[in-house]
Amino acid sequence: MDNFAILYENLLKFSWQDIVMILLGCLLIFLAIKKEMEPSLLLPMGLGTILVNIPGSTALIGPIAELYEAGIANELFPLLLFIGIGAMIDFGPLLSNPKLMLFGAAAQFGIFFTLSMASIFFPEAKDAASIAIIGAADGPTSIAVANTLGSNYVGAITVAAYSYMALVPVIQPPVIKALTTKKERMIRMPYEQKSVSKTTRIMFPIIITVVASAIVPDATALIGFLMFGNLIRECGVLDSLSDTAQNVLANLITIFLGISVAFNMVADKFLRVDTLLIMGLGLIAFIVDTAGGVLFAKLINVFSKKKINPMIGAAGISAFPMSGRIVHKMGLAEDPQNHLLMHSIGVNVSGQIASVIAGGIILSMFGG
Amino acid sequence: MDFYFNPAGFLGRLPNMGVGMLVIFVVIGLIILTTLLINWLFSDK
Repeated sequence: MDNFAILYENLLKFSWQDIVMILLGCLLIFLAIKKEMEPSLLLPMGLGTILVNIPGSTALIGPIAELYEAGIANELFPLLLFIGIGAMIDFGPLLSNPKLMLFGAAAQFGIFFTLSMASIFFPEAKDAASIAIIGAADGPTSIAVANTLGSNYVGAITVAAYSYMALVPVIQPPVIKALTTKKERMIRMPYEQKSVSKTTRIMFPIIITVVASAIVPDATALIGFLMFGNLIRECGVLDSLSDTAQNVLANLITIFLGISVAFNMVADKFLRVDTLLIMGLGLIAFIVDTAGGVLFAKLINVFSKKKINPMIGAAGISAFPMSGRIVHKMGLAEDPQNHLLMHSIGVNVSGQIASVIAGGIILSMFGG
Repeated sequence: MDFYFNPAGFLGRLPNMGVGMLVIFVVIGLIILTTLLINWLFSDK
């Protein structure tokens, strides 16, 4: 009879917490496949969550732990992913109108507001700061900052960051509508196509790296890898590498990143009231980011003769390129002739830059 | 479990909020100025 024990003895080790986590893993996989919510990340995360919550799992102490140590604990995976993201971004619309970058800066307000909010519930500055960076609306930045600060909540922060990025089409429109009038949403912004020289396109990533890193040295790795990817794209002599960075590298790292983040998705680290708080604070961060961008655009309109459609400010949240597209669609819904895409995408890529700089600032403040 | 709740924590972090936003605008401002400069220097004639 003892020989049959092997069939059931591990089953008896399952706790209700393990089962809840396995169901959560299934939910992530469901959302990834059925709802197409950031499927490239949520699917590997979901399966990883199942793997690490099976009692006696060899995945937790074996390959997933190794991948975590090799790629997340030292920030390598998020940084490598930035090369791919940098190679995907066309800074052309931004270079045509560099002032759009101001909206990217304004839309980081949610990060710092959430830092204050999180300090109400989390005594340790490293945790409050890591939760605040969910407002960067940029998964790799959130993972890199939370890990560097040694937060106890990396798993929950990653889930919140990617979930809300996928929910940007649900979160942003009501906030934008609440803060703008129909008349404001109908403001037309004709796009003046300005030619941007190849030299400018090549110098831009180098200049951003130098300027941002000189003032915020903690952002050097984040901004440097992002701009490295963009330099590969724009230099014109590395098309093959650019293609690899945009596709193969980004996909490969996303697979490893997703499954190794699950290292933090074990029941005793995740099933806490704190996780619900983090999800709530992450939502606040996204809402305040959106509001910050919109209200800043409205403020500019008070002083400017040439009116700006305040909706484009919302695209400064990062979440590239989804946020830019949402603003464009909202513009078309109000007025079918109002094409805001080039402006909103310009603001959106500036949000990507500003969110990385904000991550560096948070590291400077709390990385000590 | 103990539930931590300290409303004063919000006020305590307001200086970080101010400094953080100031630094972002300074860095972005410098990047805008430099970009305008290289646009002007290297524009396609």
